[in-house]
Parts: sequence; structure tokens; C-alpha cells
Amino acid sequence: MSKTISIDGQAVAFSDGQTIMDAALAAGIYIPHLCHNPEFKPHGSCKLCTVKVNGRNVASCTMPAVEGQEVLSDTGELNAERLVLTQMLFVEGNHLCPGCEKSGNCQLQAVAYYLGMMSPHFNHFYPQREVDASHPDVLLDRNRCIYCELCVRASRDVDGKSVFGLSGRGIGTTLVVNSTSGRLGDTSIAATDKAMQVCPTGALLVKRRGFAVPIGDRIYDHLSIKDHLSIKEVQTGGDHE
Amino acid sequence: MEPCEFPDIEQRLSPVLQRHGADASRLLQILRDVQDTLHFIPPEAVTCISSHLGIPRDSVEGVAGFYSFLSLQPAGEYRVLFSDNITDNMLGNRELMQYFCNKLWVEQGRVSEDNLVSVDTTSCTGMCDQGPAALVNGWALTNLDQNRLDLIAELIRSRKPVADWPPMLFEVVDNIRRKDTLLGDAFESGSAIRATLTRGTRETLAEVDKANLRGRGGAGFKTASKWTFCHAAVAEEEGSVICDIGGNPERFIVCNADEGEPGTFKDRVLLTSYADLVFEGMTIGARVVGASKGFLYLRGEYRYLLEPLEAVLKRRREAGLLGDNILGEAGFSFDIEIHLGAGAYICGEESALIESLEGKRGRPRNRPPFPVTHGYKGRPTVVDNVETFAAAAKIGLHGGEWFAAQGTPQSTGTKLLSISGDVSRPGIYEYPFGVTVEQILRDCGGDDAHAVQISGPSGTLVSWQEFGRRIAFEDLPTAGAFMVFHRKREMFAAAHNFTHFFAHESCGFCTPCRVGTELQKKIMDKIAGGHGTPADLEELKHLGGILGSMSHCGLGHSAANPVLDTLKKFPGTFERKLKALAFEPAFDLDGALETARKITGRDDEWAHL
Ligand SMILES: Cc1cc2nc3c(=O)[nH]c(=O)nc-3n(C[C@H](O)[C@H](O)[C@H](O)COP(=O)(O)O)c2cc1C
Ligand code: SF4
Ligand code: SF4
Ligand code: FES
Repeated sequence: MSKTISIDGQAVAFSDGQTIMDAALAAGIYIPHLCHNPEFKPHGSCKLCTVKVNGRNVASCTMPAVEGQEVLSDTGELNAERLVLTQMLFVEGNHLCPGCEKSGNCQLQAVAYYLGMMSPHFNHFYPQREVDASHPDVLLDRNRCIYCELCVRASRDVDGKSVFGLSGRGIGTTLVVNSTSGRLGDTSIAATDKAMQVCPTGALLVKRRGFAVPIGDRIYDHLSIKDHLSIKEVQTGGDHE
Repeated sequence: MEPCEFPDIEQRLSPVLQRHGADASRLLQILRDVQDTLHFIPPEAVTCISSHLGIPRDSVEGVAGFYSFLSLQPAGEYRVLFSDNITDNMLGNRELMQYFCNKLWVEQGRVSEDNLVSVDTTSCTGMCDQGPAALVNGWALTNLDQNRLDLIAELIRSRKPVADWPPMLFEVVDNIRRKDTLLGDAFESGSAIRATLTRGTRETLAEVDKANLRGRGGAGFKTASKWTFCHAAVAEEEGSVICDIGGNPERFIVCNADEGEPGTFKDRVLLTSYADLVFEGMTIGARVVGASKGFLYLRGEYRYLLEPLEAVLKRRREAGLLGDNILGEAGFSFDIEIHLGAGAYICGEESALIESLEGKRGRPRNRPPFPVTHGYKGRPTVVDNVETFAAAAKIGLHGGEWFAAQGTPQSTGTKLLSISGDVSRPGIYEYPFGVTVEQILRDCGGDDAHAVQISGPSGTLVSWQEFGRRIAFEDLPTAGAFMVFHRKREMFAAAHNFTHFFAHESCGFCTPCRVGTELQKKIMDKIAGGHGTPADLEELKHLGGILGSMSHCGLGHSAANPVLDTLKKFPGTFERKLKALAFEPAFDLDGALETARKITGRDDEWAHL
């Protein structure tokens, strides 16, 4: 017995336990998102995936699909609000797209392109955030972290190491690592860990692999995130390297 | 400053760790104790606690970093935090804090060179009727003035332990100005439980339903529905019948005494002088939903109430009103544990409160599922406000009809209001629902009132034109704060203060609130600094929309209310501050050259822009 919801007027089948996002991804419908990755427990923090259900805004990645829901997602109003959230993420940190190793493979950048972001709009915060290059194989540049906690979830749930966590609160939130020195070099992380594959930005990078594929030939240089994710994410679980 | 070294950390923490056992849900309580002992939480302590509890180090650091009253950096032997609500501002707290800093030779936000003292602000401490207030190492100080601060500075300089300071510094009075049925009638401990047992559980729930009691914490959800859902949750899961009490799996009753909303202090008074009523309401709730364990989540600012409340609990246990077989009823077991918060307004939000009870960061959960089905440790949990439980006790005793006879159709019973600001008689006022703002102002001596902030920053700003409006869920819902501003007050200052409050208290989980409250704060600072433009007002409105529609929880949803309300009702207060320009940078170009002028010793015309 198949149940359905409607997303932007299109009937979408779902089964019990699925969220609106699950149903959309399975049907190849793209709802912008950053903190979600179908391999992990939904988190609900970036709010880019917000949709209107029966007139109310909800995060589609955490909201269970319920028979008969009328979901609006690809609307001018919602995309405009998503654009503002993306701009917020850009001004909150220090993003240096043109020189970033992740450029072209970065989901944050790709979402910004998709939503038509032409400027950061707000004044930059220019926060002081630490770069941690202490590990021989991996780099953590907190300037580019958006607190999606994908690395937190991957390290805890898949790698079984809990290398990452959040501390502080509000705008003072920081990504911390599991060592007395507070440095990544003193943790058990390895370049092959799942945690190293999930970061949607250039905050967590494997060293000496930058620019392996030249800028211009990268994923989002050719496909919009919508076209890429709606095809690929279902199969590969969002590994964009 | 070099971080301190604690090679003997195991020994130093062992009494604390022993007291709490290896229970990770006690993490926040453990960290509080460590903070009390060492005045901060050094890295060695984080490591030690993490291995003792068997949880990752970064989880411990995450919790320690979340709560305002915990500090991962050395914080001074005496930590003085001035309450910074708008009512404290109006009573001159900023000037007093400066006076105090000068006296002790410290800079706000810094620890003194000798590690003795640090001075800073904190969000509202719930003493608005007797401010300016502050906390010293977590203990509430009231009615501050220069004399008291002189004395306090002296006590600190002579390193007198806070426990030995003169009690008058810590005196907190109730200030009850108007009593009605909740506060007015004498209450005999046990009487409501007895009535409940006689009447029966199902019948008691029916009385709460008939009373149409709605939650006093702000949202006004029907209490009987919440209790029914909670009870039904397990019944559904276990396939048993609704309202079948006895032999049930775990459910929990939680009393929300976080009272973090600036301007509210009625729960403080209930817990000071009516604790029996509150605990009795929790016990009745436990009987109705079939819970055997309850928690009182007490905000850190009310630390001084901990021992008195423990004493009440002890007395009730001895009287057979808590514990096993309450009042001789076989199988009716219920007890209450007190959990202390540590400075986080968001922990008043019920799912964040539950996270905090479990010893985690106070981050609101995703819903559904709701706490009534998946609350504390994943079990069905009722979270109700202090006043809600007090009212439930009265309903247990007198029945639903008696209760519903007061108030309005949608808002039955009475409401406690915490009145502060520009009034001659601040304090607690109990009114039947439906009372007008005008009437209240007359009673409390708010003669020159120009505006009232109802239900705190997250509530509604009411201007003098609307004083005919009523306190009721039908019109002006409120958790209880009633802050009065007279004609000469600059309403911009209040909105400005509130934006700082929300930015400080955002948990940081979701993008719109984490960044949006900070953006809002920066724009308000810009306007306050005389650099605002009409475009900034548009930006404030725009941000307000995003906060309201995209945020994860109630904090973000309401964080723009004060700005939006003030813009709508007192536009002049903003406009007077604006530069009549289309664009204005957030900083002063000429001012930026000041240092260069000082260094070069020049101040001629050419040294200015
Ligand atoms: C940011 C935020 C802070 C809150 N603070 C409190 C509080 O301090 N006390 C309280 O009783 N409810 C508070 N609430 C409401 C609670 O989430 C919850 O609705 C309430 O405790 C339910 O109790 P009631 O039904 O008895 O009102 C807060 C809600 C939000 C969103
Ligand atoms: S490092 Fe990357 S994956 Fe981890 S929280 Fe930051 S942005 Fe997300
Ligand atoms: S709205 Fe604010 S307080 Fe609520 S979850 Fe989001 S960041 Fe946290
Ligand atoms: S993808 Fe749903 S909130 Fe981030």
C-alpha cells in the first residue's frame, strides 16, 4: 500500500518512517540542503531545506512525511529565504572561494550558485577562527565551518571515534576535537575516515589532494547541485570528492 | 595568562565524582561543582570527567562551553555578574558596574591580574523588583548601590568566602502585592493529594480538563491534553488501556523552573513561599500520568533556593507525601529530584530543558516526536511551568468548576504577574484573567506609563493607546512579565537591550537564529552609535521575517518581536537616531584616524577627514 504526499503539485510516494526529504530525494526532487546527507541521522540545523506544509514552514529533512501533505518547496518566496540563509553562512565565517581547494566541489558554493547569490549582502563578521594543520594527513580550517555536524555524526556513528563536537553557543559556537591539546594531530582521525568525506565545505580537507582535479573540471563546474544531487546523492550518499 | 596546571586533578575531583556516580546525565551537575571548587573547568578536569563518565572528551567540553556560568578559562576567584535586563539598566546597573570595576581596578569581561576577581554582565537574574541585581559566584545579590558595592569590594579584597558575607546582601523578598485564589487561600499540605486519591485518577484528570487549565509558561497549551497524551503514549506503546494506572513503565514529570524570560520572577516567589503547592501539583500530575519520578529544573540564578527546596522535599518525604506508597496508597510512588541549570535561557524551552536534564548542551530537539511521547531518556514526559503545577494542586483540591468560575472562557483561573520598571510598587500581582492593562497600571502605580512589555522580550510591546487590552489568551497571552516604561524612556533602548539578550542566548544550532540575532544586534549597535539609516530599518524588518519563519524554535521565532513591535508602535524612537542619509558605513572613518593622530601628535585640519 503506497502513500503519497504532493510536492509542488507532483504526487510523491513514501513509506512510513520517511521524511519529506527522503521522499523527495527518492523521487529525484531537489530540495536545497546542507546539513543533510541521507546516510546520516537527520539534523535540522541549516534550515535550507525549509518547505511549506499546509501553510507552515518546516524543515523537510526532519519532518516525517504524512499522507496527504501538500508541500511547497520550489517557490520564489522560499528560495529567496534560502538565499538569505546562505548569505548568512557566508558572512558568518571566512570563505575564500576563488582560492579554496574545495572550489567547484563545495556544496555551500554550489547552493549559492543554485540560489542565484550574487553578493553576501550583509557585512562580513570576519571572525577569528583557528586553522588546525597539526595532523600529517588532514586539515581543519574552522574559517569555513558551517556547523552542519556532518563530521560529528560521521565520526561518532560510522568511525566510532567521536573526533568532533561543538562547544560554545550562539555566534560563539566552535568545532572542537577530541584531544587534551585540542589539536587534530593528537586525535585518532585518519584521512580514510568517513568524517573526512562528508564535509559540505572546505573546512575539512585531506592534505596533498587539493586541485587533483583542476578547477573548471569539478562536479559543480558542469552540473548544478540540483542536477547533480537529484541524480547522484541517492546512489553515492553525497560523497563529492 | 598561562593556564593553571592541575596534576592532582583526580584527587581534587574525587569527592565530586563520587557524589554523582558515573552517571553521564549528571554531567551538568558535576561541572557546576567543579566550577564551584576550582572557579573554572580546566582541561585536566575535562579529561578526568570524560574518562570517569565514559563519554568523549569533546562532549564534556561541549557542555562546559554551552552554559554561561561555566567557564573553560580561568575566571577569577570571585566572579561578579551584573544582571543586565532593561529594568536593571533603568535602575543604573551600568554605571554601578563601572563604579565597581574602577574600585577593583578591573576591566569588564577581564580577570584581574591577580586572578582574584572578574566583573561582567549576565542576562536577567529574576530580581527585577529589587534590582539592580548581580550574582557573585552564582549567589544572588539585590538592591545594589554604591554603599553595598563598596562593602562587596572590601569583602573581595580581604578574600572573605562568599558564605561568610553579611546575609543582608543576599536578602530576597517576595513583594506580593495582590493575592487572589492561588496565593490568597491557606493551603494544607497533602490535602490536594488526599482529594485526588479519594476522587480517583481518571476523575481528577476530568477535573483538570473541566477547569480548562492552560499552561502558565506562555504557550497556553491545555494541561489536561498534555497529561492525557503523556499517559496515552505508554499505553499505546504497551498496548494497554488509557488511564490504567499502576505497574506502568517509566514516565516523567518535569517542573520547568527555568524562568529565564527577562522581567519574570513569579516562579521565584512560588518556589520561595508556595513550594508545597508546586510539589503537590507535581505529585498529582504524577498520579494522573503514572510517573514515579519527577524533576524540578531550577535555573542557576536561583541557586540560593536549592537548600530550602531540598528541605521542603525532605519534610514532604517524612510526611509521606513523597516516596513509596504516598499517603498509604499501595503502589503510588513518586519522588522529586532538583537539577540546577547554569545560565542558559534556552533551557526553558521544554525539549532543550530535557537535553539539559540529560546532561547535554541545551539544544532544542527536532519535533515530532514531542516530549509527551519521547521526552527524558526517550520516555513520555510532561513538562509544565511552576505556576501550572500550583494551579493543578488547587484544582485537585477544589475541583474544575471552582477553578473555571474565575477568568474568561478561554483563560480560566488567575494569573501571576511579575511587575517591574517604572512603577511605584513593583512585585507580584495575582489577577483573574481578563484584567485590563489599565487596571493593573492603576494598582501598581504606573501613572506615567507610556508602554508595557508584556511577557518579556519574546512577548508583546503594548503602547499607551492599547491600555484597554486584556491579559488573557484571547488577547494578550503572557508568561507573567509586565515591564513598565514611563513617558521619558527611550523605547529604542529597550529594543536594543533585547536584541543583545537574544543574540547572547541563541543556542547557535540553526542558521537563521545563530546568525540572524547577531546581525540584528550589530544593526542596532550601529543605529545606537548614530550611524543608522533608513536602509537599516528595512534590514531589521527583513531579518525579522526570516527569524520568524525559518528558525528552529520559539527563541528564534520571537527574537525579532521587540524590534518589530517598537518599529511599529514607536517609529519615532528609531527615526530620531538615524542619519538622514541613504547609506552610512558602520564605522567612523575620521574616528579611525584618532590613533594615528595621537602617535604623530598632530591634530590640525589636514589630520582629519
Ligand atoms: C526560548 C524559550 C524559553 C522558555 N522558557 C520557559 C520558562 O522559563 N519557563 C516555562 O515554564 N516555560 C518556558 N518556555 C515554554 C516551554 O517550552 C513549555 O512550553 C512550558 O514549560 C510548558 O509548560 P506549561 O504548559 O505549563 O506552560 C520557553 C519556551 C521557549 C521557546
Ligand atoms: S567541519 Fe565540515 S562537516 Fe564538520 S561541522 Fe564544519 S562544515 Fe560541517
Ligand atoms: S531558534 Fe535559536 S535557540 Fe532555537 S534552535 Fe535555533 S539557534 Fe537555537
Ligand atoms: S538540510 Fe534540513 S535543516 Fe539542513
